Amino acid sequence: MIEFKNITKKFGKLTVLDGINLEIPDGQATGIVGPNGSGKTTAIKSLLGLVKPTEGNIYVNEETVSENWQYRDGIGYMPQVARYPENMTVAELFRFIKKIRNGEPSHEDELISYFGLEPELDKAMRTLSGGNCQKVGAVLSMMFNPDLLIFDEPTAGLDPRSSVQFKNKVRELKSEGKTILLTTHIMSEIEELADYLIFIVEGKIKYHGPMQQLLDAHKSQRLEGAVAKMMEEAAA
Amino acid sequence: MKSLTILNYQWKDLVRGKWIFGYALIYLLISDALIRFGGSGPKALLSISNVMLLLVPLVSMIYGALYLYQSKEFTELLLAQPLNRKTLFWGLYGGLAIPLSSAYTLGVLIPMLYSGMLNGEQIVSILMLLALGIILTLLFTGIGFWLGLSYFEDRIKGLGFALVGWLFLAVLYDGLVLLIIFMLGDYPIEKPMLALTMLNPIDLARIIVLLEFDISALMGYTGAIFNRFFGSFWGIITAGLSLMLWLVIPLWGSTRKFREMDF
Repeated sequence: MIEFKNITKKFGKLTVLDGINLEIPDGQATGIVGPNGSGKTTAIKSLLGLVKPTEGNIYVNEETVSENWQYRDGIGYMPQVARYPENMTVAELFRFIKKIRNGEPSHEDELISYFGLEPELDKAMRTLSGGNCQKVGAVLSMMFNPDLLIFDEPTAGLDPRSSVQFKNKVRELKSEGKTILLTTHIMSEIEELADYLIFIVEGKIKYHGPMQQLLDAHKSQRLEGAVAKMMEEAAA
Repeated sequence: MKSLTILNYQWKDLVRGKWIFGYALIYLLISDALIRFGGSGPKALLSISNVMLLLVPLVSMIYGALYLYQSKEFTELLLAQPLNRKTLFWGLYGGLAIPLSSAYTLGVLIPMLYSGMLNGEQIVSILMLLALGIILTLLFTGIGFWLGLSYFEDRIKGLGFALVGWLFLAVLYDGLVLLIIFMLGDYPIEKPMLALTMLNPIDLARIIVLLEFDISALMGYTGAIFNRFFGSFWGIITAGLSLMLWLVIPLWGSTRKFREMDF
């Protein structure tokens, strides 16, 4: 279980997260939506310990996140803009991360062939296309079989075929009972993949709950309509 | 252990970049030329020291900052892994400071080796020259890291401050000291001057060099004070200890910064 307790993050005068309280139970897929600059990525980065909250605390399985790093053993993270050491080849990168993880059991071979990355293995990261970089990020996030997977705009750089492939993989992980957290601007993706929805505007949570409930409340067939309505309400 | 894995990767990356060999080659060529023209006596050693006092802080500080900017992706990738930030910091720092120190040491040592300087009685002076270069490398790489972390999103500022900082400590500081002596020459300013010297690591290193070679004519005001105050031996010890203290400050500052900052 992931708990955000009264999380506030300020960058100078700018308040990016404003007293967020959240509980995300295990074994469900949650989509985080919100306008650009609403604090989605900052929330995710706080959970990963990349950003240190100004106030409040985050707990992963009742373990605090601050000054702690062991909990990241159980987290796979795929960043929004995947940037990797330029001179490393893809195979070297995987080897290196495995070494950092002390040779934890991993199933990267299976994932590499699933995403069709074999021809890229000996290429330097800087020569890889954006989409292939994203795929490398996907493999990195899944290879150690973590219980919690965090995807920040995962399909943004992927072609339709890879995008479908990726989503199938996520469904597979979901059926295995993994906890999945994902942000995206593509509402249909959330509809396809997530059961729960978190809606953030200007660092505050406007809605958190099952997706169906939101659709019923807004008498809307599609999520896009419901979210657009919420955004308008928030702006008004 | 994980620090070593990171260090090892950084080292490979440096070797692939090849410039570290260029850095070693510069010292090799300069030392070779100075020994060729100045003979293998203390004169050559002193000239090498002078080059070292200027070049080591400049390269270490600028490259310390630059290196952090270049390793940004690498750092972000590793921060999301189950890894202590402290481990990551020492991996990054060691991955630069150790190759830089090795390049300096080899570059200076090899010409001395084939000129037969190591057999003579100057061995203590040579060891001191090497040690000073290594300490300055570690110290100024630390300052470079500190600046790089403080201006992580603004590399122009980070590199600018590194450059200005070097100019101030290596060049302007002496002028400033001279100016103060000139203006306040009638007052008993020996002790404040001594303190002022201790505030500049490059000055400290230079005084150690001058005291070791016992060149009172070149010692300048602060060197003379040091000599009078402590004598050669204790002067070197005091300056050396102050230098070690100096080494701790930027490393303490940058580890703290690294531990607390947002990525």
